Amino acid sequence: MAQMSGAQMVVEAMRKEGVEVVFGYPGGAIMNVYDEIYKHKYFQHILTRHEQAAVHAADGYARATGKVGVAFVTSGPGFTNAVTGLATAYMDSIPLVVISGQVPLSMIGTDAFQEIDAVGISRPCTKHNFLVKSAEELPLILAEAFYLARSGRPGPVHVDIPKDVTAQMGEFDYPKEVRLETYKPTIKGNTRQIRKAVEAIVNAKKPVFYLGGGIIHSNSADLVRRIVAATQIPAVETLMARGTLRYDDPMLLGMVGMHGTYAANMAMSEADLLIALGPRFDDRVTGKLSEFAKYAKIIHVDIDPSSIGKLVHIDYPIVGDLKAVLEEMAPLIEQKVDPERYEAWREILKRYQELHPLKYEDSDKVLKPEWVIQRVGEKLKGKARISTDVGQHQMWTAQYYPFTRPREFITSGGLGTMGFGFPAAMGVKRGVPDEISINFTGDGSILMNIQELMTAVEYRLPVINIILNNNYLGMVRQWQTFFYDKRYAETDLSMQPDFVKLAESFGGVGYRVKTKEEFDEALDEAISKGVVALIDVLVDRYENVLPMVPAGGSLYNMLLEYKD
Amino acid sequence: MKIERRVISVIVLNEHGVLSRITGLFAARGYNIETLTVAPIPGSKYSRLTIVTSGSPRVIEQIIKQLHKLIPVYKVIEHSELVEKEMVMAKIPLEERLSDVEALCRAYNGNIVNIGKDTAIIMAADEPSRIKNFIEALKRFNPKEIVRSGVVAIER
Ligand SMILES: Cc1ncc(C[n+]2csc(CCOP(=O)(O)OP(=O)(O)O)c2C)c(N)n1
Ligand SMILES: [Mg+2]
Repeated sequence: MAQMSGAQMVVEAMRKEGVEVVFGYPGGAIMNVYDEIYKHKYFQHILTRHEQAAVHAADGYARATGKVGVAFVTSGPGFTNAVTGLATAYMDSIPLVVISGQVPLSMIGTDAFQEIDAVGISRPCTKHNFLVKSAEELPLILAEAFYLARSGRPGPVHVDIPKDVTAQMGEFDYPKEVRLETYKPTIKGNTRQIRKAVEAIVNAKKPVFYLGGGIIHSNSADLVRRIVAATQIPAVETLMARGTLRYDDPMLLGMVGMHGTYAANMAMSEADLLIALGPRFDDRVTGKLSEFAKYAKIIHVDIDPSSIGKLVHIDYPIVGDLKAVLEEMAPLIEQKVDPERYEAWREILKRYQELHPLKYEDSDKVLKPEWVIQRVGEKLKGKARISTDVGQHQMWTAQYYPFTRPREFITSGGLGTMGFGFPAAMGVKRGVPDEISINFTGDGSILMNIQELMTAVEYRLPVINIILNNNYLGMVRQWQTFFYDKRYAETDLSMQPDFVKLAESFGGVGYRVKTKEEFDEALDEAISKGVVALIDVLVDRYENVLPMVPAGGSLYNMLLEYKD
Repeated sequence: MKIERRVISVIVLNEHGVLSRITGLFAARGYNIETLTVAPIPGSKYSRLTIVTSGSPRVIEQIIKQLHKLIPVYKVIEHSELVEKEMVMAKIPLEERLSDVEALCRAYNGNIVNIGKDTAIIMAADEPSRIKNFIEALKRFNPKEIVRSGVVAIER
């Protein structure tokens, strides 16, 4: 067993875990670790220009690849800058290990320079956190951190390491396997419950698959596709589950929830059985709880017992890894379910689809954001990863982009973090370098991590940022239009930088486009040049995201149109 | 929904910050803590917390599940059959009739435990509901200070 410093242990642990890239930003308390990074080149270190971006980039990398994303930051402000990244990953159950420096042990509690109670702050926005007290315990803690991040319901884990611990010498004995007495996620579902659930499906008349983000995390989209095909039961997807089914799957009714399709929301409202696979009954999906799926019995499969029955009564709870449960369920379903049985139900839903399909009015005077997204879809369907920021552009992307597979769509769902998209798209590009990385963003959001142009240019991470520029904090403006009598308090973004020059000043390429032709040209050129790009697309300022279920309303009461 | 009182025991690893994870969870999710006691379990690396809380059945279920979800939590015991005790100490001015005070303490498994310059210190240990009565009865002896321990419980 080797004797080494705590800092060396950190670097060695990355090697043991097969980490290929770390996103980070150095500072006093973590300098010992950076010194080791300098000496060994076990992994690439990408210096982002802000710690928040480091964590989002690690997050995007994790979402795209399914691997654990890693970020390093220093103590105090380095750590506090990283907190939004932790919270974003926590809300969406993304596996991360974030390591922060801390003041030396002897100075903890003295309000030392750049001291902050980091584990106190990260506790409510991580799956777990550690304050390391000696180099001796560091290998075990790091192994546990990776294990906790990726096992069970995944999530970010934060490890806070005091500076003197990174200097201390100790044995590096990295455990091959981690076992925790107090943490044993349930993998296999209860067979009796599974059989009962299958019986319920067999007996249902109006069943609906309610597909959630757990499908992506557990890599079970293939199984879901198989079951949907076998049963011919219609399905809705949450924001986090987009790409589970192909966009052209005849059983897919579209996204559900606040900006879901009419058919998807009506299916939930009229169903007699919901087959909920890894969703969490978020309020943006359920609307008013007392009206949610009023006529339905509910099957809920989830690895997190606390997720089951948290908001809605569940008739058939199944705790377990979705993949393991579906592997057991699939043959039973194939054997017992007769797809003919749901024909009448499918007919009803088809009529709903025809009655109110997703629609927007195209124009030859001004670009419509929906058109831009569809256009990108026509060109890049199946060949690109699509990240977004937060706002109207995010919802339009979720609605209009033709998703073909899981991990294609990268978006901050639970926390809704503006500024997520660009750094995440850099992490995506690093994780899947052979694919095009697009970030649909807004004129508000892009400025929340614009400094990452420098990182993307330096590390040749050619993210194409498509700014759907409406000169507004559009989503907030939309709420002001609908619910605040058009009192547009502090949402007008008419003051804008010159995005073309901005991109150029960082060594990227910028385009400003007003027409379909210009857009096509800009996108084609950005792709063929393989450069970091900002495409500033001037779109209709007053376009609204529809349909819309007003917050707290019931799913079946959708605003389908807005007439001024 | 009906609000019910519950006693929950939590067996946790004795480690840095574990108590803040538990209290932080209660604070963040808006759960009540009526009393909380904690002490190491002799001869083990675990501690036992006893939490008295209240909420609707759904809230209680969530509390238990959320506690389980904390990584250092080994076990959550939701009591149905249990013996509960709480201890209380108080300072009584020496002018009061100590023989009466002592008789009262006796009735609640207690005693006078110390007599100082101006005050006597008394204690009692009993079921939480009886402790309430005890404190009520104690009032007529003008207690200067009352300290309660919070509930501890053990399954029958
Ligand atoms: C960090 C952060 N601050 C504030 C918000 C609230 N918010 C949600 S959407 C939005 C507007 C976003 O504007 P823009 O990026 O231009 O996108 P658009 O809605 O115009 O497409 C705001 C301010 C948020 N989600 N995140
Ligand atoms: Mg905007």
